Amino acid sequence: MLFSTTHPTPTPMHIPDGFLSLAVALVGWVVAAVGVGLALWRSREALGERQVPLMGVLAAFIFAAQMLNFTVAGGTSGHLLGGALAAILLGPWAGILTMTTVVAVQALLFQDGGLLVMGANITNMAVIACLVGYGVYRGVRLLVGERRWSLLAGGFAAAWASVVAAAAACAIELGFSGTSPIGVALPAMAGIHALIGIGEGLITVGALALVSRARPDLVEMGRAGSVGGFRWALTGLAVALALTLLSPLASPHPDGLERVAEDLGFIEAAQEAPFEVIPDYVFPGLSNEALATIVAGVVGTIIVFGIAVGVAALYRRRVAVEA
Amino acid sequence: MELCVDVRNLWFTYPDGREALRGINLSVSPGEKVALVGPNGAGKSTLLLILAGLLRGQGTVRLFGEPLNDGNLKRMRSRIGLVFQDPDDQLFSPTVFDDVAYGPLYAGLPEEEVKRRVSWALAQMGLEGFAERLSHHLSVGEKKRVAVATVLSMQPEILLLDEPTSGLDPRARRRLIGLLAELRQTMLVATHDMRLVAELLPRTVILDGGRVVADGPTEEILADDVLLENHGLERP
Amino acid sequence: MHIHALDTYCPGTSPIHRLDPRVKLVLTGLFILTAALVPDREWGAFGALEALVLLTILLSSVGLVRVQRRSAVAMPFVLAALTVAFSTPGRVLWRLPLPGIPLTVTDAGLLRFLSIAARSYLSVQAAILLAATTPFPDLLWGMRALRIPRTLVAITGFLYRYLFVLADEARRMLQAREARSGAPDGRGGGSVAWRAQVTGSMAGTLFLRSYERSERIYMAMLARGYDGTVRTLSPPSLRLVDWIVGLLVGMLLAALLLLTFDA
Repeated sequence: MLFSTTHPTPTPMHIPDGFLSLAVALVGWVVAAVGVGLALWRSREALGERQVPLMGVLAAFIFAAQMLNFTVAGGTSGHLLGGALAAILLGPWAGILTMTTVVAVQALLFQDGGLLVMGANITNMAVIACLVGYGVYRGVRLLVGERRWSLLAGGFAAAWASVVAAAAACAIELGFSGTSPIGVALPAMAGIHALIGIGEGLITVGALALVSRARPDLVEMGRAGSVGGFRWALTGLAVALALTLLSPLASPHPDGLERVAEDLGFIEAAQEAPFEVIPDYVFPGLSNEALATIVAGVVGTIIVFGIAVGVAALYRRRVAVEA
Repeated sequence: MELCVDVRNLWFTYPDGREALRGINLSVSPGEKVALVGPNGAGKSTLLLILAGLLRGQGTVRLFGEPLNDGNLKRMRSRIGLVFQDPDDQLFSPTVFDDVAYGPLYAGLPEEEVKRRVSWALAQMGLEGFAERLSHHLSVGEKKRVAVATVLSMQPEILLLDEPTSGLDPRARRRLIGLLAELRQTMLVATHDMRLVAELLPRTVILDGGRVVADGPTEEILADDVLLENHGLERP
Repeated sequence: MHIHALDTYCPGTSPIHRLDPRVKLVLTGLFILTAALVPDREWGAFGALEALVLLTILLSSVGLVRVQRRSAVAMPFVLAALTVAFSTPGRVLWRLPLPGIPLTVTDAGLLRFLSIAARSYLSVQAAILLAATTPFPDLLWGMRALRIPRTLVAITGFLYRYLFVLADEARRMLQAREARSGAPDGRGGGSVAWRAQVTGSMAGTLFLRSYERSERIYMAMLARGYDGTVRTLSPPSLRLVDWIVGLLVGMLLAALLLLTFDA
């Protein structure tokens, strides 16, 4: 069986050809080219001559690590995607580079993801996953301090956020392409990957725990080339914000979208949701609905970020009192 | 005649504090074939890495009469062929051709000469027709032979081989020993394979605890049961 | 010679196998681009593209069934695109026979969905054909010739080489886990979270081994003269037949597009 592979079943994250419009595919290539170009340059600065062998072998590691699976329930199994793990262990630039080659080989060798849309897949799974993952990781470590506990908590949050952000980007691209209405694709992709992200987080924590026990120097290696955790946390936040800004614009058929939302009862459900801080995702007092949705998204992101900061500050104070 | 290798009072300590070499003295004349034997952790591989200029110890290392330093490192490496124990470390290119061509290419040889060297080196190791093969399709025996070919193509004057026969079945092992016997280079072979030592290498150096504990004709050393026993070795 | 389960290349000597990898890469790209440019509902154009890809598969002697079986990889996304069939405004064709859920399939939605599925199916067949008839090392120098950064191609080459070594290590770890857990599917007790963390520590172990391997490889490269640059032999020049095939197929695709937009 030449074609049978032990490669994991494709997750709904590797977009095949045909599902993105040409314009979206080209934008994907532009973003990917900028991200990968920066990554090539910055990782070369940090690693020098070791760049090629180190990046190459560790990209093969990510590929092989994706084959390690565990049973979830009823014949389904979970496995690693690896963006956050790569970014934490190798640093964000080297992480982007390794994930890019993994995405490229998956498409070229196994048709897991398309060729024309490879730019978009690199954007989602390498650039966005690594930047968001690393931003969250540095953010958590900045807020709760340099403890082993914060390494693992940061790793979990980073892994979860990277998977959800990549899935959201994927849904937005499908929405812009008119392939899947954003009102369906975004909640579906984000929802599924919010669950997948838990598995990703647990695997990432397991891997980080082992590496930090055996070779604590390697966990710090990823940060050697990049000082300024605050800037990284901001970068991660900026990427998440950009995704939020794009999502309401991503529907070429707003009428169709609204109809589906109405048909499925999303609108009623959204209005009834008791924990909804911003009702109906529309900011009161603004007439332009798209603008209002964007503002709502931004405010939502800032509120979530603020809560995280608040919780972390409380935690720190408690530790200080106990000490 | 000028010595190929002349090591005086060589010490080496790993960053984790482990002392691998503690005052090694060793000289090798051109054309000599020397076995480096001793228990695991005796310092055999470390010594080979230092001779290839990949690690640096304290003491003097002279190769072909010149002390090894940053200035002549690249030139010296082209005269020395080091073959790592695990062929998956030695063969890092997708195809056999790319791997055997690597040394000549980085030595700056013209393309025609690179190609000529590749077919010559493959023929030396009985690997005609292997150029386009993928490294991951090779058997362990074939990988070990390609690994030697990757340094033969550089036409080095000294071959440093780390466990060339480990992991081979008897037939692949015989084949490799037969091919190595044909090579004329000066050889320094770190190994646990005492039959390889007896057949191929007229001089034996026993390393233990980072020191040279015996150095002499293989025949005499292999006849000294007490010496072999003391250093965890056995007669072939 | 042992064939690894991860190999998707089908050895052969067909005209398609012998075509220059640069030409194959460019033509595969152009084919997928053409499929992307053909507007929705242009079934004639989609049919012509399918005829072209089927002919190439026959010429390559890779096996029609094999390619079709493999093209199922795009399936999960076909399901994702199914939503357009329900969400595009148009004449109602079918109503989901469930009380209380007013989901309807429209004619416009269905045609949009079929067009997306056709593009995806065409593209994935072309990509499978490329991988099945071109050894990956040839694709690598093809990529280099097409001006993809040399460092990136070199890293991809290492990924390809060590993919097999590390995949075998990963498989041995999974086998060892199964041998200990006693359950054939690796369930072996514990909560899902616990199993995920065990998998994580396996990934951690694999990372450490890979890192140490990369250090040994770096030394092996230095020993053979590596100086931080990426050097390769210059690629062979294109044969006349490669030029002809490349130009002919390229013109064919362009003509197809012109005809489609003209009609």
